[in-house]
Amino acid sequence: MVAIVDYGVGNLFSLVSSFKAIGVDAVATCDKAVIESADKIVLPGVGAFGDAVEKLVSSGLKDVVIEQAKKGKPLLGICLGMQMLFDVSLEYGEYKGLGLIKGQVRPISEVIPKDYKIPHIGWNALKFTKDCPLFKYVEEGEHVYFVHSYYGACCKDVVATAEYGANLTASVAKDNVYGCQFHPEKSGETGLKILKAFCEL
Amino acid sequence: MITKRIIPCLDVKDGRVVKGVNFQGLHDVSSPVSLGKYYSDNGADELVFYDITASSEKRALFTDILKEVASTIFIPLTVGGGINTLDDFDRVLKCGADKVSVNSGAIKNPDLIYQAAKRYGDQCVVLSVDAKRVDGVFRVFAKGGRENTGMDAIEWIKRGVDNGAGEIVLNSIDTDGVKGGFDLEMLKAVCDVVSVPVIASGGAGNIEHFVKLFKTLPKVDAGLAASIFHFGEVKIKDLKQNLQENGIPVRL
Repeated sequence: MVAIVDYGVGNLFSLVSSFKAIGVDAVATCDKAVIESADKIVLPGVGAFGDAVEKLVSSGLKDVVIEQAKKGKPLLGICLGMQMLFDVSLEYGEYKGLGLIKGQVRPISEVIPKDYKIPHIGWNALKFTKDCPLFKYVEEGEHVYFVHSYYGACCKDVVATAEYGANLTASVAKDNVYGCQFHPEKSGETGLKILKAFCEL
Repeated sequence: MITKRIIPCLDVKDGRVVKGVNFQGLHDVSSPVSLGKYYSDNGADELVFYDITASSEKRALFTDILKEVASTIFIPLTVGGGINTLDDFDRVLKCGADKVSVNSGAIKNPDLIYQAAKRYGDQCVVLSVDAKRVDGVFRVFAKGGRENTGMDAIEWIKRGVDNGAGEIVLNSIDTDGVKGGFDLEMLKAVCDVVSVPVIASGGAGNIEHFVKLFKTLPKVDAGLAASIFHFGEVKIKDLKQNLQENGIPVRL
């Protein structure tokens, strides 16, 4: 069973549905016991980093997620959920993340050309930088759906990038901790294949 | 590189797709769920559902259908029609919409854009504008294009983006339904003043019109159309193949 951490940020309908579509039992939950007993954990997220981290802390779920990840349980952060895995974010101030992935979350405006639109929104191709079991069913060049204005920087655990005037972090992995900047639940067949691979870890 | 998006638009009234859909080999062409799935399986990058149901009682039917669509289709979904309040945003987002498109609701209450962007993020708020030339000036029309608001369309769009609209759908009433191509002049005027994605709507009649759109105006991010896709005059796969042959990046 996959536990999708529900800390009051965003709408988890599509995420729950996409696991159903690949025949995996998934539940959106804010119950610590359910997260502890799950085989896998998904950390979703939309909106601003500071708000989201604060909600994760005040819901009392931050420590559970960190504890479970440190025990070796597969964890997948999606979009802002991926960014929250990092040490720190510079979105509207400076906020501490979960510290499971070494690096910083910084504005994409620092690295992309001035005439590129922000946010980076739409379908972009994956470029692999390291082997990663998340992509075992996916070919390089397949497209996934992005919506973001910040990216994972200063990070040695990048496993895939997307070209948008710069190579932006598309995916990170370290041991049992994984992150996707894009939305697998909105990336058609390719996204479902990535979720399937995560479930098979 | 980010690809250009091709977006079919489905008008839904009382739970059924309207505007003469004519598909071969599709079991129930008026079902938003089966038509949505058909497009998703055949290369659409995103879907737009407009709820043109007049009565609020029957609107609940639409949200049920939206849920069904969102649980079968895993590409971005935009929902518009009858969005006047934050409660309307809430209602469709809970059913699996990713973005919400506002038009007349924002004209009546311009603060709606700001409030919605603050609550759900800019990326969630799409400002849809019906515009038409009146004495050489682009004017905003309301009520499905029937009523001239007198507002300058370029100013209105700039203001919407300043208030937090994350995307613009520009529908030219002058070219809509004519099938003579997109309104490149109007689109350029908008692209010149905004930095958010612009989605072109109104006027597509064939594949060449899309090629011309993206070649002439590289700042346009997406092309939206309804009847040419519904009637099978243009197949999305052929369209994208053709765009790629013309050096325009697409997701195949």
